[in-house]
Amino acid sequence: MNCIIIDDELTARAIVAELCESCEDLKVIGQFSNAVEALKFLPHHQVDVIFLDIHMPMLTGFDFIETLQTPPRIVLTTSDTNFAIAAYSYPFIVDYLVKPITHGRFQKTMVKLQHTEYAPVTDEEREGVGAVPKEDHLYINIDRRLIKLKFKDILLIEAKGDYIEIKTTESFYRVHSTLKKIREKLPQSLFMQIHRSYIINYTKIIDIQDNSVLIERNVIPISRSNRPSLMQRLNLL
Amino acid sequence: MGEKPNLNYIKEIAGGNEEFEKKFLSIIQAEFPNEKKDYTRLLQEQELEESAKVVHKIKHKLGILGLNGAYKLAIKYEEDLKYGDTKLKDEFMDVLTTVEEFILKIA
Repeated sequence: MNCIIIDDELTARAIVAELCESCEDLKVIGQFSNAVEALKFLPHHQVDVIFLDIHMPMLTGFDFIETLQTPPRIVLTTSDTNFAIAAYSYPFIVDYLVKPITHGRFQKTMVKLQHTEYAPVTDEEREGVGAVPKEDHLYINIDRRLIKLKFKDILLIEAKGDYIEIKTTESFYRVHSTLKKIREKLPQSLFMQIHRSYIINYTKIIDIQDNSVLIERNVIPISRSNRPSLMQRLNLL
Repeated sequence: MGEKPNLNYIKEIAGGNEEFEKKFLSIIQAEFPNEKKDYTRLLQEQELEESAKVVHKIKHKLGILGLNGAYKLAIKYEEDLKYGDTKLKDEFMDVLTTVEEFILKIA
C-alpha cells in the first residue's frame, strides 16, 4: 500500500514514517507539513492510505477530508481524543491513533488496514457519511408549515443566536436551528462553511476579495482558516 | 517537577535502529526550542488561543519523553488557554525547563 503522511510537526512525521518502515505492506511515498501541499500531490499519485493529523494550520485534517472527492483509507493521528466520534462517522477513516503512537497500537492499525479494502471509496459510500443527501431540496419548519427549499436556490445561511437565517434567490427565512444541523443536510458539492457564522452556496459567488465573498448583494466574511479550502474548491484559472 | 524525561519510547520506536534514534533526537532538539520560544512569545502577547496550539504540539513531545504527568498537565492547560485561563503557566514553564535541560544534556 502506498501511503502519505500529513502532519505539521516534523517529530510526528518521523515517528509515523519509522512505524511504516517497519511494515512490509506500507510504502511512504510522500510526507507533508500541510494539507494544501498534499492536495497538490494526490491527483498525480496512487495513494492507498493517508496518515493525517487533525490540528494543522491553513487546513485542518477534517477540512482536508471534505475537499477529497474520492478519499483513500485514512488513519487519523492526533494528540486530541475529542474527535474520535466525529472521525468514525466517515466510512473511509479506518483508525484513530492518539500520539505518541506505540508499535503495538500501530500493528493493530495495520491489521485494520489489511482487512479493509483500500480502493477509493465510491460515491455511495461517501453519501453514507450522512453529509450528502441524494435529494435536491430540504424542508424547513416555519410556524408549523413545512416549506420546501431547493438547494440550488439557497444563497447563504447565517447563524443568528438560536436561529439561522436562510437567504434564497427569492426569499428569506428565519428558522430555529443551528448551522451545524443544516450543514449536515446540505450537499457538500454546493455548500461550504466559510466562517463560523456563515455557510454559502459557493456556486453563487460573484466576487472574492481578500477576506470576503460577494453573493448577490451580500458581503460575507471568510475566516482565515476556511480560506484555503474555499480556494481549493474554485475552478481557478 | 518529580518525573524525569527518558528515551524509552524513542528506543522502542527505533527498535535498535541507532541511525533513526540519532536523527529523531536531532529533530526534537531542533523543534522543541522553537516551540518553546513561540509559546513564550504568544503568552506574552496574550495570544492565548494561538499559544494553546503550540502547547498542543509540545504535549506530544512530553509523551514521547515519557513525561506522563506533564502530558496530562498539558492537556488541561491547553483547554484552559482556550478559555483564557493561564493559572497553570508556571507549572508548565517548569516542565519546559526540564525538557530543555534534558535535550541539552543528550545533545
